[in-house]
Amino acid sequence: MAKVHVTTLINGEPTEFLCEPNDTMLDALRGPLGLTGSKEGCASGDCGACSITLDDRLVCSCLMLAVESEGHEIRTIEGMAQGDRLHPLQQKFLEMAALQCGICTSGMLVASDALLKKNPDPTEEEVRFWLAGNLCRCTGYDKIVRAVMETAAEMRAQ
Amino acid sequence: MNVVTNNKWIGQRTIRPDGMDKVTGRAQFAADTTMPGMIWGKILRSPHPHARIKSIDTSKAEKLPGVKAVVTSKDIVDFPIEKGAVMLGIQDMRWMCRNVMARDKALFPGHPIAAVAATTEAIAAEACNLIEVDYDVLPWAIEIDDALKPDAAILHEFNKFDGKPSNIVGRLEHKKGDIAEGFKQADIVIERTFTTRPVHQGYIEPHACLISVAADGKTTIWSSSQGQFMVRAMTSMLTGIRQSDIRAIPAEIGGGFGGKTIVYLEPVATLLAKKSGRPVKMVMTREEVMRATGPTSGSKSTVKIGATKDGKIVAAHGTFYLQAGAFPGSPIRGAAGCSFAPYDIPNLLSEGFDVCSNRSKVAAYRAPGAPIGAYAVECVMDEVAEALKMDPLDFRLKNAAKQGTKAAHGPVFPRIGYIETVEAAKASPHYAAPLGDGNGKLRGRGVASGFWFNAGGESSAQVNITEDGNVVVTTGHPDIGGSRAGIANICAELLGIDYRRVSVIIGDTQTVGFSNLTGGSRVLFASSMVVTQSTEKIIQTLRERAAKIWEIDPEAVKWENGAAHPVSPNAGQFEPLTLEQLAEKAPAMGGPIGAGVQLNTQGADGGFGTHVCDVEVDVDLGIARVIRYTAVQDVGRAIHPGYVEGQLQGGVAQGIGWALNEEYIYTKEGKVDNPGFLDYRMPVCSDLPMIDCIMVEIPNPKHPQGVKGVGEVPLVPVMAAVANAIYNALGKRFYALPMSPPKVLEKLDEPLREAAE
Repeated sequence: MAKVHVTTLINGEPTEFLCEPNDTMLDALRGPLGLTGSKEGCASGDCGACSITLDDRLVCSCLMLAVESEGHEIRTIEGMAQGDRLHPLQQKFLEMAALQCGICTSGMLVASDALLKKNPDPTEEEVRFWLAGNLCRCTGYDKIVRAVMETAAEMRAQ
Repeated sequence: MNVVTNNKWIGQRTIRPDGMDKVTGRAQFAADTTMPGMIWGKILRSPHPHARIKSIDTSKAEKLPGVKAVVTSKDIVDFPIEKGAVMLGIQDMRWMCRNVMARDKALFPGHPIAAVAATTEAIAAEACNLIEVDYDVLPWAIEIDDALKPDAAILHEFNKFDGKPSNIVGRLEHKKGDIAEGFKQADIVIERTFTTRPVHQGYIEPHACLISVAADGKTTIWSSSQGQFMVRAMTSMLTGIRQSDIRAIPAEIGGGFGGKTIVYLEPVATLLAKKSGRPVKMVMTREEVMRATGPTSGSKSTVKIGATKDGKIVAAHGTFYLQAGAFPGSPIRGAAGCSFAPYDIPNLLSEGFDVCSNRSKVAAYRAPGAPIGAYAVECVMDEVAEALKMDPLDFRLKNAAKQGTKAAHGPVFPRIGYIETVEAAKASPHYAAPLGDGNGKLRGRGVASGFWFNAGGESSAQVNITEDGNVVVTTGHPDIGGSRAGIANICAELLGIDYRRVSVIIGDTQTVGFSNLTGGSRVLFASSMVVTQSTEKIIQTLRERAAKIWEIDPEAVKWENGAAHPVSPNAGQFEPLTLEQLAEKAPAMGGPIGAGVQLNTQGADGGFGTHVCDVEVDVDLGIARVIRYTAVQDVGRAIHPGYVEGQLQGGVAQGIGWALNEEYIYTKEGKVDNPGFLDYRMPVCSDLPMIDCIMVEIPNPKHPQGVKGVGEVPLVPVMAAVANAIYNALGKRFYALPMSPPKVLEKLDEPLREAAE
């Protein structure tokens, strides 16, 4: 099979890449694009470690074909900080020990960011249900939920 | 040793040294690297639970364009069974070589049969399909009861128990007093039998590695594991490459919980790389992880406890049958040794039986065996307390182990903090709070305690002062939950400098001295010992350097707040010399400043915890939810409280999953039917409440900072705490895990069914 040429926008940068027609977006990110911050935990959309946004919509990049990014805008964990300035969620995760091994962290941050963009004042229940698609086996979610709520409160105050 | 007091950094919630890389996606885990010329490895796995391998024909696979190497068990160093055990830690290499690649028999669906390396993953997978294996399919047994039947299929024909071929491959007992005499003194005796299902460690990062073998045999392994030295040693033993030629680099590890304390891929990828002359990358799918790695044992336990009317336990007997999977080695030591350890019981017999069956070889899972044993013991404790009309925490206090108690598994306890955990649980706001109205759902509260041995063992560290007067600490233990943050706190504390000036890295096997596994709750205990001693040596050097510059006696120099200061009679005569100044002067004053220490650390005493759990049960749907949870633990000293709490919270979450949902389900063909995260249901964020932690700090007197291991205890009490809470809610006791919705409904329907019959 011939490879497909794809033109897209990744983390604000115009990007071209070649992929197999059956490659997932995650395959493309981790392979030719070298963006390994998105992780593959299951390849079935159950763990959320590969979370990205497609035109501001939260998706599992393992459930999306790479060719589907043609003409769209993709954002990944690598685009979350502005240069050396961390996003408030990233900073809060560090301060509140909201990560242990770190394998779920990229997905958690991308998903939390998507939540706060949609709902800047989520209840604990709303945070918990929004993040129900992101598995973490280390933390029991306690510190993650607290970090998201506290970040939301600080961002609202600004 | 003195416990440091008035700390600046110890006990602070500092930012972990590896944190920035992990929140920005920069951190490199096992599957995140590439090498020039890299090709892909894939494993062909047995479809059968039990089959003799008559022949393997790889010729068609080898001819497929793009295939660069094929390996079978013939390529792996054999450890013949009849020659006896060859141990590496707790692993017998006779089983390890057969687990990595089946030799004469396939013993579980998913057992590796052959492996291929090819230019793409797709070609490697296609080549696997071209390998022809002639199997003689055999009868099989997965469940413990089936494996113990007189006519059961026997996995290892050489093994005998009571003189007959058997799947019981090991037994141990811990004994104290005389249980027959003890039970005679009891006013009340309760005996119950419990079962638990196999559960997986559930790390989100699948096993992966990238390996290069140069023509001269020099081998580089990039993989994530709970011990790069274990990876090096096992790969060396299974491939014949000497350890000095294998550099095992620890990638960041995406969770392990015990499941990454053995190798699966590395020896195979090494052989593929050696044969092909190309670097080989292998990454397991989630399905492979679920079928062929871990999980922990399923179990069948019988526990009998006898007590007098006034609440004193006089005798106890536990029998714990644990599923080892394909090869001997289930964690019977944890089940038999830990479960009664919180209690001072004069007459005790605790027996463990190691049972082989046709599922994947068991791997360690957080306090291996202890949660299984504690589930049974702590549920019976609850029943005895109820029969005695005693508060379950008071009943535990009345029988609590303390300093001087002789534990059945061996030690006489030193100063331990078990009683303090029960008292703290009793005094907690949670235990005093009313359960509240469940709005139609039934609520209940349960408690349970738990113990884990904890471990010391070998650790190495090198601490170097950089030329600009900052610090690099290298240790040999993969950091699985924030240990680098704890080490930075300790080193900064001792040197009296800002913790951000201390960089902590995990060395590879060729750059740091031997360090045993990240496991047994040993990492911060052991590594802080070697880091402390290394740092103390450096401080001694710094004092000597300052003394030389000032031309005074080194004894007249003290180290404080990151600088050397003259003390009487020279106090005030010289300006203090900072770490930066001494580093700058180092070339002229004797050379680079650094120190390394390697120890077999001792003094890791056991840890205790007591948990309080509230549940709410929807009787229409059978769904039990944990709505409030408090974990109390004697943590010794919380060097970084955030990551200590994290251990408690994470352990509790895993236990709630084990209690309520997680289980391996098998098809009638003997294959795992739920090898993915959709059907193997681990707790998600919306399943859990906040998990409150009460850290009791009884410093370990044998450790310079008072550290006790904390990682494993928090899983031990959970399933019993949840089960006891569900009983409190429903008035019905469960004797099997998981207490998932269908099983809860079945239990709730019991009277109806009985009435109908």
